[in-house]
Order: sequence, then C-alpha cells, then structure tokens
Amino acid sequence: MTDDRPLLEVTDLQTHFETDEGTVHAVKGASFTVEQGEIVGIVGESGSGKSVTALSCIRLEEPGEIVSGSIRFRGTDVTTADERRLRRMRGQGMAMVFQDPTTTLNPVFRVSEQIAEALKVHEDPDSQRLLDYLHVPPFSDRSDWADKRRRAVDLMHEVGIPNPDERVDAYPHEFSGGMRQRAMLAIALAREPDLLIADEPTTALDVTIQAQLLERIRNLNQDLGMAVLLITHDLGVIAELCDRVIVLYDGEVMERGSVDRMLIDPRHPYTRGLLECLPQTTPRQSRLSSIDGEVPDQIGPGSGCPFAPRCEYAVEECRTGEMPRVRLEDGRDAKCCRPEVLDADPAEVE
Amino acid sequence: MYRFILRRAVSIVFVLFGVSVTTFGMVVFTPGDPAEIVLREQTAQNPSQEAIREFRAEHGLDDPIPVQYLDWMADVLRGDLGQSYYHDTPVTTMIIRRFGDTAELAVAAILVALVISIPAGVISAVHTGELPDHASQLGSLLGVSMPNFWLGYLLIVVFSLYLELFPVSGAGTVRELVLPAVTLGSGIAAIITRLLRSSMLDVLEAEYIGTARSKGLRERIVVYKHAFRNALIPVVTIVGLQFGYLLNGAVIVEIVFQRPGLGTLLIEAIFARDYPIVQGLVLVIAVLFVVSNLLVDVAYRYIDPRIRFDGGTR
Repeated sequence: MTDDRPLLEVTDLQTHFETDEGTVHAVKGASFTVEQGEIVGIVGESGSGKSVTALSCIRLEEPGEIVSGSIRFRGTDVTTADERRLRRMRGQGMAMVFQDPTTTLNPVFRVSEQIAEALKVHEDPDSQRLLDYLHVPPFSDRSDWADKRRRAVDLMHEVGIPNPDERVDAYPHEFSGGMRQRAMLAIALAREPDLLIADEPTTALDVTIQAQLLERIRNLNQDLGMAVLLITHDLGVIAELCDRVIVLYDGEVMERGSVDRMLIDPRHPYTRGLLECLPQTTPRQSRLSSIDGEVPDQIGPGSGCPFAPRCEYAVEECRTGEMPRVRLEDGRDAKCCRPEVLDADPAEVE
Repeated sequence: MYRFILRRAVSIVFVLFGVSVTTFGMVVFTPGDPAEIVLREQTAQNPSQEAIREFRAEHGLDDPIPVQYLDWMADVLRGDLGQSYYHDTPVTTMIIRRFGDTAELAVAAILVALVISIPAGVISAVHTGELPDHASQLGSLLGVSMPNFWLGYLLIVVFSLYLELFPVSGAGTVRELVLPAVTLGSGIAAIITRLLRSSMLDVLEAEYIGTARSKGLRERIVVYKHAFRNALIPVVTIVGLQFGYLLNGAVIVEIVFQRPGLGTLLIEAIFARDYPIVQGLVLVIAVLFVVSNLLVDVAYRYIDPRIRFDGGTR
C-alpha cells in the first residue's frame, strides 16, 4: 500500500441482478475514489443504484453480481478477493452501517454481545471458531468475552448510548431507533475501520436524532481520521458533512466534485434539477419543484444518457450516443454530451 | 417468570379436570358391563348374577356416577390410580414400572431426530436447489410419509434378520434401543427438517444476517449462530406439539419391537377392558403432554428475548 493511492478506488463498476423480467443493470460503470480521512457523499434518488454501489464495495451485493470493473481497497482488488481476505477487510478495514436500524441488529442476541463479536473478529479475523462464538464452555474463553463485553460498553459510551453500564444485558428491542443505529455504529467502530460506509444511516430516524448521529460521524472522522462514504438522498446531509459528492443516476455517475462548488454551481442538468427540488430554494407559497418523469427501470443495458427523457436540454444525440466525461474546473467532472449546457470548455471533453 | 408459570399452572388444572372427566366418562359410557366381561375372561365361562353383583359392589360400580368419579379423583389426587381388574399390582406401580422404558425410547427418538434434522435442515437451506437440498427434501418426504410400523418392520428385516446387527426385539440395552429409536425418530426428523429448512430460508434473507456478514464473521458462524438461533423459534413451537406424535408413535413402535412400555401397556389394557389402567394411562399421558407444552413455552421465551414472561410481546 502506497500513500498516494486512494483508500478506495472504484473503477467502472457494473453490478447486475438477474430477475424474472430480465437483467437489472443496477450499477452501470460507476467510478469514484475515497481518499484517506475524507467524507464522500453519494447522492441520488431511490433506484439510482447508490445502495448497490455501497454494498458492492463491502462485497455484500448478493443476489446481485459484479460483472465488471474493479474495487481497490488499500490497493487490493476486493472483487477478486477470497473469503479469507474479505473477512480481514471487513474485520479490520471497512465497516458498514445500514439504513434501517430496526432490522439490522439480530433480535435474539444482546447488543453488547453483537458489539463484542465485532471486537473479537477485529482482533483475529482468521481464526474464528464456531464453538468459541457460541460460548460453548471448554472451547470458549470466558474471561476474554467478558473483557470484550466491557470494551463493548466503552464503545456504547463512545457512540453516545446513554447509561451503557445499565444496558450490558439489553436486547435490541429494548433500544430506541436512534440507540440501535448508534449500536450499529459501535459495531462498526469495534473494527477500527479506515473506511465507514454509511447507507442512509439517518433516513429512518427523527430529525433531532439525525443531527446528533451525523455529528457523531463527523467527530469520528475528525478524531480518528476515519474516511466515510455516505450514501444519502438528502442534499442537506451532503452539504452538512461531505468534502466531495458523487451524483448517481440510474447507476451512472452524472457529476462529481467538491461539495462547496457543486452546491453553489451545479453544472449537470440532473444536479441542477436535484438542487431546485430543495424546498429552501423554492419561494414561499409556490408549488414545490420536482423533476418530471421517473427513474428508469434499469432493465437492459440502455443507451444514451439515462437522464435524457427527463432533461430539458436533451437533443437527439443524448438518446443514442455514448456519453463522454467532461472535465470541469476544480477537479470536477460531469457526464454529458453537451459541453455548452455544462458551461464547459469543449476541449475538456474526454 | 414465576408468575407466568403460576398462571399456566392454573390453566393446566382446568385442562386436567376436563381430561379426567373425559377419561372417566369414556369408561362409563362404553357399551358392555365391565364386571361381566372381566369375570367371563377370568373364569372362562358365563359368570353368575351373584358373582357380577359381588364384582360390581367390590369395585364401586353400583354407586351413582358422580360419586364414582369423586371416589376415583380422590384416589388419583393421592397418587392412587386404582386397582387393575386382573393384576394384583396397583395401576400406579404398573405405570411407573413401564414409564422408564417409554421415556428411554422417547428421549432416544428425539435425539435421533435432532441429530438428523438439524444438519439436514440447515444444509438444505444453505444449499437451496442444489444436490444436498434435493436429497434432504426427498429424505424428509419419505420420512413423513412412511408409517412407523412399516419402517420398523423394514429395519428389522434388514438390520436384524439379514445383517444381524441389532436384536429383533427387547429392551434394556443400547443395542436394543437403536432400531426403535430410529423408527420413531425418523418421522419427527422429517418434520423438523422441513420446518427448519423453511425457517432458515426466511431468516437468511433478514438484514441482520447482512450485518453479521459485514462484520467479517465466517459464514459458518453467520449460519449456525446468527441465523440458526432465530430459525429455531418457530421450530421449537412445533417440536413441543410433536410430543403427542411421539407418544402415539411409541405405542406402535413398542408393539412392533415388542418392547415393554406405556404403549404396550395401554394396548393390552384396552383389549382386556382393564379400565382402571386405561383411565390411569390416559390421564398420565395428558399430564405429560401438558407439562411438555409448558416446558416448550418456557424454552421458547429463553430463545426469543422479545417474548416476555408477563405475557406481553414487543
């Protein structure tokens, strides 16, 4: 691993799902990077492939299949890694927090046990003995598990679960939604990850809890230098937290760049549309804006720009041709065949 | 938890009252005078009116039915299930003597069932649509549809007569227990396998399984710890209900293998119209059934922390 390499480098990722109606092309050639210690947001509507992209990174895309492209984490390609390597990566490098905390914790095990397990995996991902994890007496080191449970309490404290000492024996159903998501965060932190993937971590929570949790993620990023890949449909969250943003539409990256520039000066018609939909930007008393039309169903490979049917600038070429990537200033780029719409120099078309 | 058991105990009293009335009534309303039948059996000739009257008086058969019931219940509550019409041994003693043999068979059968069904159900779910799944599905179909007595005879023919590995009949040693336990256990194994398979398939779709995998846990731990514990919840409920099946099956298996036990005792008593034994056995079996269901309920609450002993669920 060399330092100039990005922590996570996704190149031309394609993830497909086989369904009865045909092959769903959930991710169609997404490329992006996450550097050490930065917070990158992936934004998109439902069905834009953002969750599948995230799941592919930690190799939980099943029943989908990564058909092409590469995902390099700390220099190793995880798309070709074996089970052992993946266990090491998940236990010691990359952690994920999911959307709905009511279903992501195992209901029959104590929360502290579920965190303790993560600590145990982190310590030694290679030798995981079933009987040890089942706490079968002669095969399981009780004092080690007791120690892990104590550290689990510390982690619960660290992620802001109130009175963790009293909750050592608590089960997930005894936790509120916000506390469960914090517990998920503790399970992630137990592995001291370099990269935290958070898939809409606050969507299922109250607004106040949302803010606290995001604050917590930001602190972890600043204090521990943990990089974060944040998946959301909420541009507000992106503006609040992220350094860079990737706009995903129908499994393709429409535009990417630094958050500051992109939110003030969106170039791609889709990014502009998204920003115009924010209620803050609409004058009071007038109708909230929306982008007409729907997200395509993703069945079949599709041709041209996926946003063309909903784009007001679309011309014939948009519906058929290959969309080039256009370099914009400040290291940004956008996928569009009409540089004039992007307000870009035609010479920067790749 | 104690309140839960207490509440269940109260309802059990009512259930057992119902059972006792039914068992008692079953004997009273069965056509044929037991005095006449038993005496004819004992003396091998038509009994005299005198002898019948004497028998009825001795066994309290002339009292009004409610009085007979109360007498019987009073004895039952003291642990006295009455006196057999034929044998000198009290019914309670006869049942206790035979109970051990049936309990041994039942426990062995459940063990056989679990040893077969847990791996079969889990492997079947993990490899859906592949060869191990088809094999286990076919096996459980056979297990469910093959009657106990037939399987018992098949096993006797193959393993006792042909291969001479196990004795044809008898009880007391482990070798004599193997074939009956396999016969009785395989049917239960088939049911548990099918249940566990579908339960595992449901659970493996759950999001917390994704969480477990994302932690970097080995697939074996994900399956046998995280999924299995959850998949057990519906299975345990059904296994408790299978206890009745076990007792029914034990009757047949005991006859096929000529084992002593509650089953053979029951059949002998029914054919001999030895009503005190029938009454006593039915009552004991009902108690066993009810208690085993209570135990399952308690176990169920330990496996699933969401169900609490005070009756509420979340």
